[in-house]
Amino acid sequence: MKKTYSDLHLCPSLNSLEQASRLIEKASQLGYGAVAVPTPKNGDVQTQGLRRVCRDFEVDFVSRVDLRPRSPDELLRDLRKCRRSFEIIGVLCDSKPVARQAAKDRRVDLLNFPQLDYRRRFFDSAEAELASQALACLEIDAARLLTLEGADRIRLLSSLRREVATATDFHVPVVVSSGVSDAALLRKPLETAAFSSLFGLTGKLAMDAVSVNPSALVTRNREKLSSRFVAPGIKLVREGKDC
Amino acid sequence: MNAVWNAVMKIYGEYGASQAGLSLISYEPEEKFAVVRVGHKAVEMVRASLASITSIASKPAAVHVLRVSGTIKALRKKTRL
Repeated sequence: MKKTYSDLHLCPSLNSLEQASRLIEKASQLGYGAVAVPTPKNGDVQTQGLRRVCRDFEVDFVSRVDLRPRSPDELLRDLRKCRRSFEIIGVLCDSKPVARQAAKDRRVDLLNFPQLDYRRRFFDSAEAELASQALACLEIDAARLLTLEGADRIRLLSSLRREVATATDFHVPVVVSSGVSDAALLRKPLETAAFSSLFGLTGKLAMDAVSVNPSALVTRNREKLSSRFVAPGIKLVREGKDC
Repeated sequence: MNAVWNAVMKIYGEYGASQAGLSLISYEPEEKFAVVRVGHKAVEMVRASLASITSIASKPAAVHVLRVSGTIKALRKKTRL
């Protein structure tokens, strides 16, 4: 079966559908089969526009919201509001309590950490253990690695390498996304996978990070959001009097 | 080709670049297309380096790998040039 490559973090300006359209067109040309663009919690209009654009370029659109809560309580409130409306929920963990809560909550799909603030990258073994139990993935944006240079890039690569090693040890899936707003920074899936070798994702792990892991996440969530889903492993196959 | 060398050197250093066995086979500026020879063990290394190129001669640029092949004949066939 042919692999579907996914980029779950395109970041165009939502004020300009034209820019989003350019980015999605480029993603389609480069071989991505599914893309996700984070929209605001109440961004139905943007979601519809983006869905239409994706249909034009024959790319699967995945709805996504990025939460940036200041406390675990705020995270829980946001999750309650958003979980049934979005296929992917990403959490940018700015503090340790938020990171821990996000890692243990099964409604969170992607754990993201501030790229440049190395003291706020809380993905350690405790976080990884919680994430592996809750089936959350570690998300890594490649954009910063492309734009940074010198000591900053070295520092980022070093912390990413440590996090990827921890994630691998605890079987936490890693998702590598682009995180770009500019089409010129978008790379082909194979190039992104090759680039991932810089922070310790090699061979199959790197390919899974751009194909299998994001696809599995989307499939699982779509199944959960479908009206036929009852509980994990149980779904409504048929209903009526003759069942 | 300087941009490619610089990218490989920036990421993998001189030791890494020496293992890549990089050389330019052909370059067609109008088509924005180049054929680059590289040791088969260093393909992923060069692919990662090419992905890291964001500008050439201070102008924004991106380099994408179209095809990888063991022989130039097969490469031409694959790219239909």
